[in-house]
Amino acid sequence: MSVDKQTVAKIASLARIQMGDAELERMVPELNNILNWVEQLGEVDCSGVEPMTAVIPNTLRLRDDVVNADPLTGGDRRDDILANAPAREHGFFGVPKVIE
Amino acid sequence: MTDITDLGVAAIRTGVAQGDFSAREVAEGFNANVAAASALNAFIVTTPEKALEAADKVDADRAAGKTLGSMAGVPIGMKDLFATDGVQTTAASHILEGFVPQYESTVSSNLWAAGAGMLGKLNLDQFAMGSSNETSYFGNVISPWKRSGGSNAQMSPGGSSGGSSTAVSARLAPAATGTDTGGSIRQPAAFTGITGIKPTYGRCSRWGVVAFASSLDQAGPMAHDVRDCAIMLGAMAGFDPKDSTSLDLPVPDWEGELNSDLKGKRVGIPREYRMDGTDPEILKSWDDGIAWLKDAGAEVVDVRLPNTKYALPAYYIIAPAEASSNLARYDGVRYGLRDLPEGSGLQDMYAATRAEGFGDEVKRRVLIGTYVLSAGYYDAYYTQAQKIRALVAKDFEDAFQKCDVILAPTTPTASFGLGEKSDDPLAMYLNDVFAVPASLAGLPAMSVPCGVNGEGLPLGLQIIGRAFDEQGVLNAGLAIEERANFTAKPDRWWV
Amino acid sequence: MSNYRIQGATGDWEVVIGLEVHAQVTSKSKLFSSASTEFGAEPNAQVSLIDAAMPGMLPVLNAECVRQAVRTGMAIEAQINTYSRFDRKNYFYADLPQGYQISQLYHPIVGEGKLLIARDEKAGIPEDKYIGIERIHIEQDAGKLMHDQHPTMSYVDLNRCGVALMEIVSKPDMTSPAEAGAYVRKLRSILRYVGSCDGNMEEGSMRADVNVSVRKVGAAELGTRTETKNVNSVRFVMAVIEQEARRQVDLIEEGGTVVQETRLYDPDKNETRSMRSKEDAHDYRYFPDPDLLPLRLEDAFLVECRASLPELPDAKRLRYTGELGMTEYNAAQLTAEVETFARFETLLAETARQAGKTEAEVATQVANWTLSVAPGVIKSLGDEARLEHNTAAANAAILQMVSANTVSGGQAKEIYEIVLKTGRDPAEIAETEGLKQQSDTGAIEAEIDKVLAANPDKVAEYRGGKDKLFGFFVGQTMKAMQGKANPGVVNELLKAKLG
Repeated sequence: MSVDKQTVAKIASLARIQMGDAELERMVPELNNILNWVEQLGEVDCSGVEPMTAVIPNTLRLRDDVVNADPLTGGDRRDDILANAPAREHGFFGVPKVIE
Repeated sequence: MTDITDLGVAAIRTGVAQGDFSAREVAEGFNANVAAASALNAFIVTTPEKALEAADKVDADRAAGKTLGSMAGVPIGMKDLFATDGVQTTAASHILEGFVPQYESTVSSNLWAAGAGMLGKLNLDQFAMGSSNETSYFGNVISPWKRSGGSNAQMSPGGSSGGSSTAVSARLAPAATGTDTGGSIRQPAAFTGITGIKPTYGRCSRWGVVAFASSLDQAGPMAHDVRDCAIMLGAMAGFDPKDSTSLDLPVPDWEGELNSDLKGKRVGIPREYRMDGTDPEILKSWDDGIAWLKDAGAEVVDVRLPNTKYALPAYYIIAPAEASSNLARYDGVRYGLRDLPEGSGLQDMYAATRAEGFGDEVKRRVLIGTYVLSAGYYDAYYTQAQKIRALVAKDFEDAFQKCDVILAPTTPTASFGLGEKSDDPLAMYLNDVFAVPASLAGLPAMSVPCGVNGEGLPLGLQIIGRAFDEQGVLNAGLAIEERANFTAKPDRWWV
Repeated sequence: MSNYRIQGATGDWEVVIGLEVHAQVTSKSKLFSSASTEFGAEPNAQVSLIDAAMPGMLPVLNAECVRQAVRTGMAIEAQINTYSRFDRKNYFYADLPQGYQISQLYHPIVGEGKLLIARDEKAGIPEDKYIGIERIHIEQDAGKLMHDQHPTMSYVDLNRCGVALMEIVSKPDMTSPAEAGAYVRKLRSILRYVGSCDGNMEEGSMRADVNVSVRKVGAAELGTRTETKNVNSVRFVMAVIEQEARRQVDLIEEGGTVVQETRLYDPDKNETRSMRSKEDAHDYRYFPDPDLLPLRLEDAFLVECRASLPELPDAKRLRYTGELGMTEYNAAQLTAEVETFARFETLLAETARQAGKTEAEVATQVANWTLSVAPGVIKSLGDEARLEHNTAAANAAILQMVSANTVSGGQAKEIYEIVLKTGRDPAEIAETEGLKQQSDTGAIEAEIDKVLAANPDKVAEYRGGKDKLFGFFVGQTMKAMQGKANPGVVNELLKAKLG
C-alpha cells in the first residue's frame, strides 16, 4: 500500500496538522519509504497468534471510589489546571467560538 | 585531590556521608561544569539553585545526624520529558515551550526524596522521537566525543536521551535520568561511553513523564558505571498506584546484590543479531564480550530469536500509532503553544497550532500513526504488528529457557556525525535495530561501554535479561565492566 | 410488531429504531481520576490533572464504576464479560482534552441482554415485548462548551469531563415512538432500581442517541439510518422519531436519499438538523488504550455484584399480582418508580403489623391508598401539606381505623389532611375532631325512626315499589347523624325497618 498526496492531506487533516502543498509533496515519498518498509510484516504467518495486549502479564488494578484520594489525581485545584492556559476566562478555558 | 566532578554516584554519596566534602561543594562543582558547557547544548533549562537547595538540605540533615537517602548529595540531570513542578517542561518541543507543570513526576519525586538534586532539564529528541538528538526544537545536542585524528565534525550523542548521555559523559552531571522507548537510553549510552539501563516495563512509574508510546516507554538511569546505575535505579523504581501499568513488586536491593561472578550462569548469543552490514568493529567487540563473560564463569550458549528482523518495522507501527493518540492533547487549548490565525475557528486553531508546534519527525510519526490506525488499515498494520510483537516476546521466552541473559551489541555502528543521517529517516531508524526487540518485549536491558573503535569512538555491549531480572543484567554488566577496563574520556574541547 | 405507520404518497412506511442510551454511572469520583462527580460546582473546580490531560497523566480505573456496570448488566439478564478492555476513540474537540475518549469498542464489559416493555394498548403496544440489548460499555463523559458568554469565544468547563458513563446499546428492535418511550422509561426504572444511575434526565444523567431508519411496510432490507445525538427526555425521544421518520419518508418519496449522518434535535422548532461539525465521525481510529491493561473480573466480585441486586421491576410486578393479589394496573403503577414502591412497601409492612394481618390481606387497601387516595389529598393541600408528617406509621394508623370501621373513607381523608398539616396523631384526631363513625345501632335506629316518621308518603311510595328511594332514606339518616354513621349499619337497619 502506498499513499498519494491526497491521502496524506486527508491524514494530516485527521491528525489536525496543517500542511501546505510543498510539505505534502515532501511527505509523500518519506511516508511511502516507511510504509513500504513496514510492509514486510505481511510476510509473517501470524495465524493463531493473539495480538499483544499487555507486555508484562499483569491485570488491571482498580482503585476505590474515593473523592480527591490524592491531590495528584483529584480535583479542587482549578488554579493549577488553568495556570498554563493560553486563554483563561472567568475560570474557563477560552477557545475560538464554536458553531454547532 | 581529584576533581569532585570526576566522581560518580557511589563515590559522591560516600564522600558526602563521610564528610570528605559537602553536598554543596559537589553541587557547586557540577553547576560550574554545566555553566561552562553551553557549547554542548545538553540542557534546555539549568537550575543551579535547585541543585544547591537540595545539597544544603542534605548537608543540614547530615549535620543533624539524620539518615541520608540513597542518592544524598548527588546532583543529577533530569531529561526534559519528566514533569518538574514549577520548572519548564517541554519534551524539547515548541508546542510545550513555556509550559510549567504544577506537579512533579513520580520518578523525579522519588529521586528528590532519596536526596538527589536537580542541575537542570536535559535536552532530547523532540517528544523522545529520534536517535541522534537532531529533532529538538532547542537545537542539536553535541556529543563531547570527536573522531580521532583531529576531526572537527560534531558527533551525535545518540537519542533520544542525548542531553543525558552528553551531560554524564562530559561530567556535567554524575548521572542523569533517561527514558527508553526503543533504545533511547541504551543507544546514547553506547554512543558516549557511559552505562544505562532500561528496567522491566512497569518498574519505573510513567506518571508525569510526557508520553511517547505508552506500552514501550520506560525510565531508567544513565551513569558512569554499573554500580551507579544500580543505586539510581533503586531510587527511581517502585510501585505507583497512579500508573495502571506499574508493577506492584518490592524494589530489590540491586546495589547490595551486585555480583560479577557468573558461575552457573548461561549467556545466550542470538545468531540473528549478526546482521549483514554490521560494523566489523562492533562484531569484534561482541566477541570480546563473549570472552569476558566466559572469563567471569558463565557458560555461553547459542540462542535463536527468529523474529528479530521484524521487530523494528513492528515498532515503527506500534510506537507511532500510540504517539499519534498520545500527542492529540497538544492542541493549544489548556497549555502550551496556541496559534490562532485571524478569524480562524477551533479546528483551524488545532491544525495551525500543531503545524507550528511539532517538528518534522514528530509530524512524520503522527501521520504514520494516524494512517495505520485509520479505517480499513487497522488490522493490516496495527493488529499484525501487535501479533508480531507477541512473537518477538515469545522468542525471548523460548531463549530464556536456555540462558539467563542475552549478550548482543547495543548498536550496529558507533556514533555518527550530526547531519550524516538526518536526511534519511529510515536509515536513522535502523540504528535501533538491536535495541528495539527488548523494548517490544518489555525486558530489562542495559548498555555498558566495552571499548573504542578505530576512530576513537565508544562502543557499547547490550545485556538483555528476563522480565524482573534487573539483577542478572546488572551482574553481567558488572562482569563486562570489570574486564573491559574502559577508561577513554573525551577531551574537554567545549570549555 | 406495532401498527405504527407513516403514510406516504407512495404507500405506508414503517420505522426501525435503535437507541444508545448514555447513563451517568452513580459514583463519587470519576472513571479514571479521583475528582468529584458532584453536579453544580464552580467551572473547572472538579477537574484533576488527569481530566485536563496534562502531559504525562495516566488513568486508573474506578472499581465502583465497574461494579455498577456489571450489576446493570445482570439486571438486564445480560452476558457479563469477565474479560474486557478499554479502547481509545480519537477525535479532536474542545470538550475532549485528551484528544480521545476512553471507551470500549472491541471488548465491552457487558454483552447481549434484553429488557421487557409491557403491553400498553392505549399507547399502541398490543402485547408484552422484549427489546434486545446489544451491549453495555463504560466510557468517559466529555466536558461542556458554553457558547453564549462571549462574542468571539466559547468557554470550556471540564467538570463533567471523565465522569463515568454506561452506554447501553439496544438492538434495532423498536418500531414505534411509543415502544421507544416505553423502553427508555423501563431502562430508567431498572437503572434506578439497581442504583447504577440516578436517571435524572434534566441534569443530563441520562440521554439518548436515537437511530432511525424507515422502510416500506414489509420490506426486508433496513433503510439508511441517521443518529440524532443527546436527546434528553422521553418526550423528545418520541418526537425525534416522529420527525425523523417523517423527514426520511418525505425525502425518499421526493427522490432523495437518506445520508448516514449525525443530527441534532431542536426542541423549540421540533425538528432535527444535520450536525456538520462531526465530519470525521467515520474515522475514530480506535485502538486498545496502552495505558490500561485488560480488565478481568473475578468470581468473588461477580458473586458480590449479583448478591447486591435488589428485586427488579418485572419480578416485583409478578409478586404484586401473584402473592399480593393486586390488579395488573396497580402492580404496574406501584413498581414503575423506586420512590413509589419504596413508600408502598414500607407502608404495607407497617399496616400489616398494626393490623396483625398478612401483607397480602392488606395489600389492596394499601395499594389503593398509595396510588389514589393519598396523592389526591396531598395534591389538594398543595403547599399546606408538610411531607415530613407523611409517615408510614400515621398512614398505617389511618388505614387500620378504616378497616376496623372506626372511621369512614371520607373521615380517613379528613384525618389525613390534618395529619399532613399538623403531624398530630390520627387516633387522637379522630377522637378530638369527632371524626369517627357511629356504629351504635340504638342511636342509628332512633334517627331512622325519626326519618321514617317524618316522611310517611315516601315510605309508602318505597313500599309500593319505588326502590330508588332507598338512597333518599340513607341520605336523610346520614345527614341526621352528621355523616358519622357507619353506612353499612345504616343500610342494614333501613332494610329491616322498611321490610
